[in-house]
Amino acid sequence: MKKQKTKEQAQSGISKTCPGPMVFSKGAVISEPGSTMKYKTGNWRTYKPVIERAKCIKCGICWANCPDAAIKKDSDGTFIVDYDYCKGCLICDKLCPVKAISHGVEQK
Amino acid sequence: MAIIGFEEKEFFASGHRACAGCGEALALRHIMKAAGEKTIVAMATGCMEVVSTPYPETAWKVPWVHCAFENAAAVASGVRAALNMKGDKETNVIAIGGDGASFDIGFGALSGAIERGTKFLYIATDNEAYMNTGIQRSGATFPYAATTTSPAGKIIPGKQQPKKPLPFIVASHGVKYVASASVANLPDLKAKVQKALKVNGPTFLHVYVPCIPGWKIDSSTTIEIARKAVETNVFPLYEIEDGVLKFTQKPAEKKQVESYLIMQGRFKHLTPELVKKIQGYVDARFAFLEGIEGKKCFDVLY
Amino acid sequence: MAEKEKAEKVVISGADAIACAVKLCRPKVLPMYPITPSTLVPERLSEFVFNGEMKAEMIHVESEHSAASALYGAYATGVRGFTATASQGLALMHEILPIISASRFPAVMAVANRTLSGPLNIWNDHSDAVSERDQGWIQLYCESAQEAFDTTIMAYKIAETERVSLPVMVCIDGFALSHVYEPVQIEGQSKVDAFLPPYKPHNFLDTSDPKTFGAVAFPNSFFEFHEAEEMAMQEALKVIPKVNEEFGKAFGRKYGDGLVELVEMKNAEYALIGMGTLVGTSRVVVEEMRKQGEKVGLIKLKCLRPFPKDEILQACKKLKGLAVIDRHASLGYEGALTIDLKAALKDEKVKVEGFVAGLGGRDIDVKRLRAAVETIMKGEKGYWLK
Repeated sequence: MKKQKTKEQAQSGISKTCPGPMVFSKGAVISEPGSTMKYKTGNWRTYKPVIERAKCIKCGICWANCPDAAIKKDSDGTFIVDYDYCKGCLICDKLCPVKAISHGVEQK
Repeated sequence: MAIIGFEEKEFFASGHRACAGCGEALALRHIMKAAGEKTIVAMATGCMEVVSTPYPETAWKVPWVHCAFENAAAVASGVRAALNMKGDKETNVIAIGGDGASFDIGFGALSGAIERGTKFLYIATDNEAYMNTGIQRSGATFPYAATTTSPAGKIIPGKQQPKKPLPFIVASHGVKYVASASVANLPDLKAKVQKALKVNGPTFLHVYVPCIPGWKIDSSTTIEIARKAVETNVFPLYEIEDGVLKFTQKPAEKKQVESYLIMQGRFKHLTPELVKKIQGYVDARFAFLEGIEGKKCFDVLY
Repeated sequence: MAEKEKAEKVVISGADAIACAVKLCRPKVLPMYPITPSTLVPERLSEFVFNGEMKAEMIHVESEHSAASALYGAYATGVRGFTATASQGLALMHEILPIISASRFPAVMAVANRTLSGPLNIWNDHSDAVSERDQGWIQLYCESAQEAFDTTIMAYKIAETERVSLPVMVCIDGFALSHVYEPVQIEGQSKVDAFLPPYKPHNFLDTSDPKTFGAVAFPNSFFEFHEAEEMAMQEALKVIPKVNEEFGKAFGRKYGDGLVELVEMKNAEYALIGMGTLVGTSRVVVEEMRKQGEKVGLIKLKCLRPFPKDEILQACKKLKGLAVIDRHASLGYEGALTIDLKAALKDEKVKVEGFVAGLGGRDIDVKRLRAAVETIMKGEKGYWLK
């Protein structure tokens, strides 16, 4: 099985989403669970939610309702956005019961 | 470890390519939290299959298999039979298909797998159209909703038929546990997944999942719309256990269906007359549910 | 019931022979759907399972599409499986066939060849299997019930050979072989176990080592997966003769070199080539014509995919004419076998003529086959042998 990335693959827009040379496993089986995490969806964002730590009541509603599992619990119990994966849908902003989340346009 | 009652671990990882605000991706995340790591998922072709497994990456942290569009239930049957032959009684088998895969093209395979008494949970995630192919009408499309194949035409204003009552068709097979669930109520979804997985036979969940591009809604409104669907009785939350229907969340005061429709681009063509018709449709469906509430309405065979 | 350790000779149908072989191969999951003329296979297997003679789970699926899908699910979970079908059933499975092969699942399926409707017709020709020749399945055709029995056992060994890892279709002519009773040597379990070790796949659905099966392959990888399948097909051309030899050593029977069998080809000037039971009739024609002094031979094509081009080339080097009997028509052009042979022999002096025969159960008798040979001997064109 070829393990080297061909020139065409290197130039392909899709293969850029996958770091390192493409390995063609037998039967296209993927043996690395959760490997989509190599692909950062954070650059999809138009809007950027920001959690104001002082206002956060640690209810976890933002965490529970994120379709991208892009909100993490911090060591002090408050929640923080993982900007590597946050796509900026703003469900969290909409649902925060104490308005601890605000948003602005993503600066690129 | 748990955060506000939900498993902290993710089994459906970040980095999947679902749209921002995708209700279906959120449902999967919680279905997997509820099911846990001793689970094999057989998934039908659809948005979730495509966005979660762009080779060589996978969002899945449980063993996962996809074959084609109409056969998730049949693939799950093969998986369960193989597990039985290996003497594995512990592993959960969950088949997941969208509304196109479940209400339409995979209907026969679903019925067959249930009739055979297969021990598995089938989850139909319903966003009321073929979203992966670009928002075409399915048997689950809401009445008068505009899709690309049931457009808001000058003569015909959107989809002309009611939703296929799939949960009742499944319940009529004699299934011990059938339930509706929604991303509007995640603890309820979790409880239903876990309840279904305890049954030693086929079980079924009908899960409501808003679609951002398909419903022409803002990505931040996924949960708001899902909640509104429950509050207006558009998508009531119930379970049919041992043939008896019970509501798991009943709105304190019923809201008018218009407040649900007005939030979505797929209904923007509706006239007051059509809104009234839809109100009548929703009221009649809900009255039927209330009529059978608490009574043994389905025989239980499995 | 105790496993039969000793070999025994019994008179059974071709379909029964396959069921008996399948039982000895110990598949664990049997998704089954009835369709004439393959139904005898699931019937027999059901008896084995329901009487406790075979430890396997039958899945009484609601369609052939689901039979292929459940077979896929079983192989994804890492166990040996089996199914049987024919005609419309195989056509209904069509969608799943290339998915099984691309997933490199070494599944085995029996096909009791029957034509495709319409008009509706339940009788034999090769339209069903030949129409699926491009789907990454190895296709082996059988001439006798014994060959059906033996080929089924070989099929698992070929499919499960690591460098092949492709599914195999064992094809028997519907009715003409599936329902014809012949003496068959049924081998003992321990001998079959020694020939076919337990199936141990590297990848399967396992909660302690979660893997993803059936991912989306974008244009940057899809091509390579198909290229790998083609390489495996080429490997199968080497593995099939090897397994045929091993089978011969273990059981005392083999079938040509496993790919083709040559009959009276050494000094032949003209030859017939075909697949399945028509080969048996062709043997009579060759014998008859040889007696009359004609230098006529026969090539039995056992393996249609992968296509044994080198073996065919070698066999046809000295021929003047080759009559190809296609039990199938590729409407709008010639029979599929004819097309393959014309391509394979394009640089040779041999003149290849195609004869479409036996459609929808029409008899292919000595007279018709002899007419085909006489046509090429006269240097005339092939035609439909109605």
